[in-house]
Amino acid sequence: MEYQVLAVSREGPMGLITINRPDAMNALNARMVTELIAALDEFEKDDGVRCVVITGNEKAFSAGADIKEMAEMTAVQMAMTGHFFPLWDKVGRFPKPIVGALSGFVLGGGLELAMSCDVLVASETTQLGQPEIDIGIMPGGGGTQRLARTVGKYKAMEMILAGKRIGAEEAKTLGLVSRVVPREVYLTEAKRVASEIASKSPVAVRQAKMAVNKAFEMGLADGLDFERELFYLLFSSEDKTEGMKAFMEKRKPEFRGK
Amino acid sequence: MALETVKTELKNGVLWITLNRPDKLNAFNEQMGNDLLEALKEGERNIEARCIVVTGEGRAFSVGEDLNANRAAYESGKPILLGEVLKRKYNPIVQRTRKMEKPVIAGINGVTAGAGLGLALACDLRAASDKATFHEAFIKVGLAPDSGTSFWLTRILGPAKAMEVGLLGEPIDSTTAMSLGLVNWVFRDDRFREEVAKIAERLAKGPTKALGLTKRALNRAIVVDMDSALEYETYLQDVAGRTRDHAEGVKAFFEKRDARFSGQ
Repeated sequence: MEYQVLAVSREGPMGLITINRPDAMNALNARMVTELIAALDEFEKDDGVRCVVITGNEKAFSAGADIKEMAEMTAVQMAMTGHFFPLWDKVGRFPKPIVGALSGFVLGGGLELAMSCDVLVASETTQLGQPEIDIGIMPGGGGTQRLARTVGKYKAMEMILAGKRIGAEEAKTLGLVSRVVPREVYLTEAKRVASEIASKSPVAVRQAKMAVNKAFEMGLADGLDFERELFYLLFSSEDKTEGMKAFMEKRKPEFRGK
Repeated sequence: MALETVKTELKNGVLWITLNRPDKLNAFNEQMGNDLLEALKEGERNIEARCIVVTGEGRAFSVGEDLNANRAAYESGKPILLGEVLKRKYNPIVQRTRKMEKPVIAGINGVTAGAGLGLALACDLRAASDKATFHEAFIKVGLAPDSGTSFWLTRILGPAKAMEVGLLGEPIDSTTAMSLGLVNWVFRDDRFREEVAKIAERLAKGPTKALGLTKRALNRAIVVDMDSALEYETYLQDVAGRTRDHAEGVKAFFEKRDARFSGQ
């Protein structure tokens, strides 16, 4: 695929997706949805890719959905095209780990995209919010569900009903980002975390990601059962044998994803 | 840059920002708040400016909020929403000054009170003329500390001295200010500008990025708190601004007499 609004590249075992509509504060539009899905598909199929990094630029990860594009749409058009939903499905079910490298505006659909990632590294200049209410709508890409599950009802309500934005430090306190670093290094740091993850067993990483995500969907008893099944399964992997052997031989393991 | 109430001059890598309402002792009206913020933004953007000096024209650095500009409003008896004034005018100045990644020196040429003191404290370094005096004057007009003064005074003076200064509001002269660590230097008034220029020009020749990073590192532990302290001050000032004692304090100020506070 010819990417117009993304830059997509490989750095070793890392797949890097850079949202690239700087003139529009990286607003999400239909074209970007198509390209993000294509890029994620590409990285999903590529066995060499063990971790994905999604980023924007220093001023904006993404300031949200392209309002000009949405302004003309009717309910029927939204329903029939699915709008951004194919993207939310894709990124929400993506089996490999995704590190979000955030800086500047992370608003609306931008925050929903970020919340679909697995680890979030934020520059200290990051501002996060769900300001859809300001234009007479509400979050539609998982914002109400994921934010409430992450920061709790009352902070989520303040952000979603009053359109309150929060800064990086507050987001960290609320557990909405994994860590906050100086703006000069947020991308380097995100890549560092990604390569750390990429050095682990892809099988174990996949299972573990699935298990953690189920914590948001299942009751505890079912979640524990689910976790246990995934855990047992890893005992049939070559990576488990290699990992434990390397540990006993005091050397670094070489995981092959088998 | 055409600013009405603030002069700017770029010289030897130093952007001099001079508050220029000398007949009002550089009290902040709406215009001067906007002009100072503009000047600070210019200082931040302009790569030629590698150190900023904020100083005042005439015999004052700044006496803070221009009560006279709000005289009509005060005399109408309607409460002024002081929290809004802080959010709109002073807090952005304090935040921009402290977070700007270039050294900012307060050149405290004379009397400094209220939000003027807040501005001086927001700067990274303070050089005072021996004629300078410092007034945490809020209590005199029945108000609580604002523009970051509660935050910085506790950190610079320590909690005990800050409490004394905040509750009694007694003036502090330059010698005392020096011994308290409230200023970094005191210079004789006739050599003041020259001495400030020396320090500023030295910083302007420095490794600007590293100076900015140093400032970030030193501020990191407290600046997060500063934002919430500034927000907290706005709530308290809204409360204080609605008291009868504040109305009386301002009335007494206009009538140039001592205030008779009732505790209400």
